[in-house]
Amino acid sequence: MDNSTLIKTQGLVKRYPVGTGHFTALKGIDLNVDSGEFVGLVGPSGSGKTTLLNIIGALDAPSEGTVEVLGKNLATLSGSQAAKHRSAFMGFIFQTYNLLPVYTAFENVEFPLLLLGKSAEERKELVMQALDWVGIADKAQSRPKMLSGGESQRVAIARAMVKQPKLVLADEPTANLDAKNSHHILETMEKLNQELGTTFVFATHDEKVISYLKRKVTLVDGSIQSDETS
Amino acid sequence: MILFKLAWRNLIGAGLRTWLNVLVLAMAFILMIWGKGVVDGMAYQLNDAMTNIEFGNGGQLWMSEYDPTDPLTIEDSHAPYPEEALDRIAAHTAAPILIRQGTIYPEGRMQTILVKGIAPGQKAMDLPTDKIVTGPTGLTPALIGQKMADKAGLDVGDLLTVRWRDAKGTFDAREVEIVHIMNTVVQTVDRNQIWISIEDLQAMSNLQGQATVVALDEPFEGSPTSAAWVYRDIDYLMKDMNDMIKTKNFGGNVMYGILFAIALLAIFDTQVLAIFRRKKEMGTLMALGLTRAKVIALFTIEGSMHGLIAFTAGFILGSPLFYMMATKGYAIPGGMDDYGMALGNVIYGKYGPDLLIGTTLLMFLTVVLVSYLPTRKISKLTPTDALRGK
Repeated sequence: MDNSTLIKTQGLVKRYPVGTGHFTALKGIDLNVDSGEFVGLVGPSGSGKTTLLNIIGALDAPSEGTVEVLGKNLATLSGSQAAKHRSAFMGFIFQTYNLLPVYTAFENVEFPLLLLGKSAEERKELVMQALDWVGIADKAQSRPKMLSGGESQRVAIARAMVKQPKLVLADEPTANLDAKNSHHILETMEKLNQELGTTFVFATHDEKVISYLKRKVTLVDGSIQSDETS
Repeated sequence: MILFKLAWRNLIGAGLRTWLNVLVLAMAFILMIWGKGVVDGMAYQLNDAMTNIEFGNGGQLWMSEYDPTDPLTIEDSHAPYPEEALDRIAAHTAAPILIRQGTIYPEGRMQTILVKGIAPGQKAMDLPTDKIVTGPTGLTPALIGQKMADKAGLDVGDLLTVRWRDAKGTFDAREVEIVHIMNTVVQTVDRNQIWISIEDLQAMSNLQGQATVVALDEPFEGSPTSAAWVYRDIDYLMKDMNDMIKTKNFGGNVMYGILFAIALLAIFDTQVLAIFRRKKEMGTLMALGLTRAKVIALFTIEGSMHGLIAFTAGFILGSPLFYMMATKGYAIPGGMDDYGMALGNVIYGKYGPDLLIGTTLLMFLTVVLVSYLPTRKISKLTPTDALRGK
């Protein structure tokens, strides 16, 4: 794998058991993503975007084929190694924000740093910096139920970015947001991609997101239909 | 450490749900300790009173035919003092007791009683036998219990006619003088009996140098050489009482078990509900880098922390109650001793470290188990299913 290649999949197949047979969600995906890319997996519902994103994020395992992320063959990782890999190198942003409800915004963003064993002082500094990036430092002590959808997603972005991971995987990050908030979120992510060099991989069918992408990989029925770079 | 920190945050964040569980568990904890302490205290008081007052701390030697539950054996239950006990008898650390059947006539009524002869200077039993030393009046001094005095309408200074049969079956009678009324919680040394000097009773019964039982202040080693005597240790003598305490304990334990089960159900329910409702949170935790095992540990710690908080709260809230129970006691209704239990007017709770630590450990381990069991479901949960809340 080339030094600049962050993600490399070869012949990736994912089948789910359905009744007595199975449903093939991914049908032999070959994909390379380089470091610093702002790339989207786009396509209609059921095309396999989220499945591919989950496999890249070591949250799911392929039925066939290989996935290398940051030089690691994910198939060879145990559950705990995969967890460590995610903790060290990846950030996740979800459609429904997935903030931990009883934590404040600060504590939500702090969580990945706790897992990395950072000191309290370091955590405080990094969390406030991340909240600053997304423009929500004033809401640090608010709990998720006190935040709007846009604010919640900004906290989620801060949580994904706080440890400055090499790779951020975002699954439909704007699906629950209005246009204004969507653009604000996307601008934030674009800025972080440019300033920090973080690689962003989106799974989306939202035109607003697509308009920001530098590269668009279109999936249809589990296969790559097109791969366009703007 | 991180997991404990996270579990703590989750618990505090859960607010009212946490505090309700803690309250129920703490109340169960306090009631369990309180109840068990009362039963333990009662058992201790019973044991203490009966060994000190009725039996002697070292058990008793019984004439082999003696059966306290069969009045027909009393007539023939007498034998010369056992050889092995002579030194102790001389030193007053063993108390020979001769028991004979007799009849008294208080207020013109006839009442069957036991006449018990005991050495006035004995130190084996905690009875005021020093009061029955023959005085200048020449009348046989007698000691009775308060219950006996109440029932027979007797008072100190009263004279009482006692009729008995001597060893040859001849009836005889004499006047005895009530010299002291003892207030004792042990009914078996009070009701339907009078205590006089053993020498007087031996003379009255023509049974010089003989006794029915010998109470000992130290346990008897080995067996008596004479077949006329058998050794009954404290366990044997206390068996009926211990069986009764066990029955009471069992009844109490059933109640505490139900109470505890309700408290555990609250935690189990919370855990089951948490695992059902917080799947997405589990998926998020996994995505952020927690392993499945750590998620299981987190939820188990969270459940177990209910126990830790409840036990802390239980100790803080319960300590004044336990202290009061141990020092001021719990007044029991009069008449409890009519059931034959050697209890005073007050039961003192006994809250030893074994009870506190034992109950806490037992409850805590059960809480951990109840917290863990529902989380096993997580081991089958994939991160992607969890994220979808499936």
